[in-house]
Formats: sequence, C-alpha cells, structure tokens
Amino acid sequence: MTLANLQELWFALVCVLFAGYSILDGFDLGLGALLPLLGKKKEEKDILIASIGPVWDGNEVWLITGGGALFAAFPQAYATAFSGFYIAMMLVLFSLIFRAVSMEFRSHDTARAGFWEASFTTGSFFAALLFGVALGNVVFGVPLDSKMEYTGDFFTLLRPMPLLFGVTGLAAVLAQGASYAAMKTENKIRERAFGLLETILPFYFVLALLYMALVNIFIKNVMTSPLFIAGAVISIAALTAAMYAREKQKERILFASTSTALLGLWAITAAAHYPNLIKASNDAALSITTGNASTSLHTLTLMSWIAIIGMPVVLAYTIFVYSIFKGKAKALKY
Amino acid sequence: MDAVILARIQFALTIGFHFLFPAMTLGTGLIILISETIYIIKKDEDYKRITDFLARLLGVIFVVGAASGITMEFSFGNNWSQYARAVGDIFGPILAVEGVVAFFLESVFIGVLVFGRGRVSKGLYWISALLVFLGSHLSGFWIIVANSWMQTPAGFDPAIYAQTGKIVLSDFGAAVFNPSTLPRFMHTIMASWMTCSIMVTGIGAYYVLIGKFGDTAKKMLKFGIILFAITPLLQLVTGHIHAVQVLNTQPVKGAALEGLFETKSGVPIYGAGWVDVNNKKTTGIAIPDGLSFLYNFHLDSTIKGLNEFPKENWPNVNFIFQTYHLMVAIGILSIGVGLFGAWLLYRKKLYETKWFLFLLPFMIPLPHIAHESGWISAEVGRQPWIIYNMMRTHDAASVVVGAGQILFSLIMFAAIYTMLAVIFLSVAMKIIKKGFDSPAAEAKI
Repeated sequence: MTLANLQELWFALVCVLFAGYSILDGFDLGLGALLPLLGKKKEEKDILIASIGPVWDGNEVWLITGGGALFAAFPQAYATAFSGFYIAMMLVLFSLIFRAVSMEFRSHDTARAGFWEASFTTGSFFAALLFGVALGNVVFGVPLDSKMEYTGDFFTLLRPMPLLFGVTGLAAVLAQGASYAAMKTENKIRERAFGLLETILPFYFVLALLYMALVNIFIKNVMTSPLFIAGAVISIAALTAAMYAREKQKERILFASTSTALLGLWAITAAAHYPNLIKASNDAALSITTGNASTSLHTLTLMSWIAIIGMPVVLAYTIFVYSIFKGKAKALKY
Repeated sequence: MDAVILARIQFALTIGFHFLFPAMTLGTGLIILISETIYIIKKDEDYKRITDFLARLLGVIFVVGAASGITMEFSFGNNWSQYARAVGDIFGPILAVEGVVAFFLESVFIGVLVFGRGRVSKGLYWISALLVFLGSHLSGFWIIVANSWMQTPAGFDPAIYAQTGKIVLSDFGAAVFNPSTLPRFMHTIMASWMTCSIMVTGIGAYYVLIGKFGDTAKKMLKFGIILFAITPLLQLVTGHIHAVQVLNTQPVKGAALEGLFETKSGVPIYGAGWVDVNNKKTTGIAIPDGLSFLYNFHLDSTIKGLNEFPKENWPNVNFIFQTYHLMVAIGILSIGVGLFGAWLLYRKKLYETKWFLFLLPFMIPLPHIAHESGWISAEVGRQPWIIYNMMRTHDAASVVVGAGQILFSLIMFAAIYTMLAVIFLSVAMKIIKKGFDSPAAEAKI
C-alpha cells in the first residue's frame, strides 16, 4: 500500500471509530439526557440506569480509541483541534467526567441521588451536543494559520452551521437513547420512550434532510458522490423504517433503524469532508488534510495491522458481553 | 503566571489524581482473581463474599479512574500540542494500541465482573476476572511504555528529529521496549499490588477489630497480610532494578535523587537529608558507600555526579531528593509492618493483637503517598525535558492556549477533582461499612 492509500484507509477507520462511538455511547448519552422524561419514579430510573450500567464504559472506550487513532494517524489534526478548541474540549471533558461518575455515585450516595441524576442528565446532554458542534466546526471550516494553528476563539465555534451539526447530532443521540430505552424496558417506561420518539423522530428526520441539503450548499457539492448518495438513501430509508417501527411498537427494529440512520449520516459527512480533516475557512490551501497531517508510512502500516487483527476481536467479545445482558432490564442491586 | 507552568501544574494535578485509581484497579483485579480462584477450588462461600465485596469497590474505583483517564489522553492535544505534533509517529500508536488491545478488554469485562454474578456461570465469571486482570495490566503496560519512551526515547533516528523537529518511527519494538519500560513496568505494577494488599489488609483488620463478619473478615485479613508481607519485599527488588537503570540511562536524574554533585567512588546513600543546590552540598543521615554498593555490589564503584552536566539540564534537585526519600521510607516501613504481621499470623496471634489491628487501617494511605511521591521524583526528575535529552518541556506546550484559559481549566479541575475525591471516599466508606452483607451487585437485565 502506498502512503496515500493508507491515509485514505485511516480517514475511513477514524470515521468508523467515531461512528461506532456515536452509535454505542450515543444510546447511553441519549438515555442519560432523557432520564427525567423516561423515568418518573426512583425504581424506573433504577431500571433505566441498570440497562446501561454494564455496557456504557465499554462504549466510551470507542472515544478513547478514536482519539488515540486520530493521534496516531493524523497528529496534526489532533493537535490543532484539541488545543484550538480548548475551552470547548474542557466543557466536553467536564461533562463526560460528571456523567460517568454520576451513575455509580447515585446508587451508593443515596442521600444526594437527585443531584447525581441531574448531573448525569446535564453531562450527557452537553456532551452529546458539543460533539456535534466540534465535528461541525472541523467540517464547515475554522480559521487556521500557516503553522496549522487555530486562530479563532471560543465564539468562532458557535456559528449557525456547526450549531446545526450539534443539533442534528443531539437529535440522533436522543433517538438512540429513546429507542434503546424502548428495547430494554417494559410497560410505562417503554410507552414513554415511544411517546418521546413520536416527537424526536420527525424533528430528527427534518434535521437530517436539512443537513443533507446544507452540506451540499455550504460545504461541498457532493450530490454525485456515491458515498453521499448511499449515505442519504440509507439514512432516509432507516429513519422512515424507524418511524414505522415506532408506530408498530417494534423496538428492536427501531433501535437497529436509528443506529443505521446514524451510519448514513456519517457517510454523508465523510463524503463532504474528505480529504480534509480540519478545513481552513480563511484559505483552502491552509486546510489540514489526510495528505499533510499524517504520520509516516511505517506508523500507518503498523497501525493497520493492529486494527485489522485487534478490532474484530474487540467486536466479537463486545457482542458476546452484550448477549450476556440481553433482554429487558429489571433492577440493579447493590 | 506563565502558561507553561500552569499547564505543568494542571498535568501534575490531573495525572496525580488519576493515578490513584488505576493503582487501586490493578491490585484489586489481582486480589479478586486470587479470591475467586480460591472460591472455585475450595468451594468456600467466604471467598465468594470477598470477591463480591471487592467487585463492588472496584466498580466505583474503575469509574473514577476511567473518567479521569480521558482527561489524560486529551491533554496531549489540549495542553501539549507541540509535543503531539512532533511525536505522533511513536506516541500516537502507543495510545491507540492501549485502547485496542487493553482498555476495551478491561472495560467490557468489568461490566461482567461488577454486574454479572447472577447471569453467568462460575467458569465464565472467573474468566471475566482473569480478563479484567489481564486487560488492566496490559493497559498499564502501554501507558508505562508511553511514559518510559519520554524518559529513555528509542526507535527513531535522532538525526531526522534534529533536522525536521519530527520523530519518525524506525523500530516500534525498540520504542516499546526502550531501556526503562520493563523496570518501570515492574515497579509500577508492584506498587499497585502493594497498595491493594495494604488496602485489603486494612479493611480486614478493621472488621476483625470491631468483631464484624466473623470468618470471612479473618480470611480476608489473612490473605491480605500474606500479600502485605510479600509485595513490599518484591517492591524492594523492582525498585533496586529501576534505580540502577536510572543511574545508567538518566544519570542526571540518578545523581539528583541522591544529591550527588561530584563524580566519585564510594558514594553514600541517604536515609534522609537536605540538598543545598547553590553550595552544591548534601547533608543528612547516610550509609557510607551505600549507593556505590547497591549500584553494582562493589563498595568503590564510581557514580557520575551532577557537576558532569550543565546546570540548565538539572531538575529541581532538593525537591526530588525529598520525594524520592519519602517513597523509600514508606517502602521500608511497609516491609517492616508486613513482615511483623506475617509473623503474628504464623504465631496465630494476629487476630488478638488489637493494637496492631488498630494500626493497619491507618496504613492504607501510605502506599498512595509513596507512589505519588515516586512518580513526582520520576517526572520532575526528567525536567527540563519532555523527551529526555531531545525536546524541552517549554517547547512542547500548545502555542494557542493562553494562561487565562489554562487557569480556568485548572481551577475547574481542582474543584471537580476535590469533589470527586470527597464523594469517592464517602462512597467507599459506605461500601466498606456494608461489607459482605449486601447481596452481589446484580444487574437482572
């Protein structure tokens, strides 16, 4: 493989890792953000948190590995985004820290259970929103200098187009959370999840269509790109299927559909973004791309072997452990 | 305040907080594996109760460790982006491999360990304990590789770095097994085992002292004290190997740890002391020829002093002298207490020696203080370099992140981590007070 092939491969693999993260951690972030709407009584919240308890930490490793892969494959992009978006990144970190500890603390520190529930929900909500905003900024473009350094400030990140990415991502994550909750619970909570989806899914559908249109207008015209077309067809079909599955109360099809729709959106994003990693909004020549940001042929080759051998094993035991905890969630005892 | 200093303080704070938790995770993983193995072999329900109790504790420890660990991975981009730009070729893969081969394994199976007792067979539960043990130790290995590479960099051509300012990978095996990886790995792992041996012993002693949980508590105390007797002794061995390696590969740090200015033979080793860097003088209680002897078992071996090296390449000598000797002192104390406990056990007096049982819970924080001060010695001892003898720390910081931004994040981290520490302690105390009473943490899903 040539260096250019490997750079292309690693663009795809980093996308796959972040897509995997958005689907898997997406459902526990979404469930967290919707917790007060899904569960009213303490026992109901117990069940909801029990449904993600054994799996959320494995889900979060997708982010850690995605970050590591970005560092290993495209360190210039990793360095620019993480230092340039400093305050935003700190807010993401604080959100993730709070939501992670809240689940465990809530069940032991019962006197402050209400506080931990609020922190779980707030942390989940902001993490879900901010990830999309960050992605929106690197795709839509940010001002960069000739040394690949970010020259904007915190408020540069809050332009309308990146915010659209944020809101679309949030809708996707909420849909993941609600459909996972529908799949893992029974009776009242399940009905509430379906009820919430009745509102979330149409919003999500409209945002996804808007996203497809605006990406072509404001980022890059990729109407004829096979990847874009595939992504658009998949996400529209999957969201239609999701609405149908919600109507028929078929929660497993519903969760599969929302997950597939998210994959479609990632395909669209990748089609519009490649070969950029961070687009320069001031001068296209300053963009950080797969070509100028990557590590050496040697490193990318090594990383490819590790990914080819390692990731199928990871997927196999992840599926195995999910199968241990399959079925409806009941309670979580300490 | 200078942005680089603030970034260093933030890194020290966040890594210092984070490390407390992996240090507890690895050793607890080991003890769970031992306890669960005894349970399967002896079919003794007491050991099952011990496993379940420790799994509950591990659940909370792991969560705080994982949450504070993301901060560390982000930090190389957030605060040290010039470093990230330079070392992506080697440092990036090390972090990525950690995720793929280690942290996934640990995180996925810890779910089974904490929530799966009622859902999986005995055999599968044991395998999960084994995989958590392996995953956490592999994870530790790769993180130690990353740190060791900064201490004794290898696997690239320094000439290319000198020309381009970029590290270009030439030999990944050499980078991974650089000269300090294995000594540091053994020393760090043993620190973790020691930390948890003392933790389990302290908790067991507390139960026996207040007369709670009968035989279960005694069994936990018994195997705790056996590990407490063994691990500090093993730590003495790994510490020795690591110290010799530092003297060989990082002579500036090695000399600074003992406050040695002049190159000479028959170098003493200090038990405690004070280094006056301006007058190049170290005073304290010392064993004559001690360091020379420990270096290669010859009383007259020569060891390089700080004067051989330009002063701008010295770390803060007295500071790391103090932290290093604090670590050593706690290590020696632990050997004594552990052996005494084992002797009491052998004489069948352990459960009746109240004053000793009373003392043991107060030992729990000591290994934490030791490994924190040991790490401070290792990391401050590497200064002024981020990559030893290659790249200076002040050239590594992010150029676009101002002091004000770092001050903001530093204050936030300090506040959040203080809160987490307080809540963690109160939750851990609750779990310890409940002890073996509560049913296994089961997710009936």
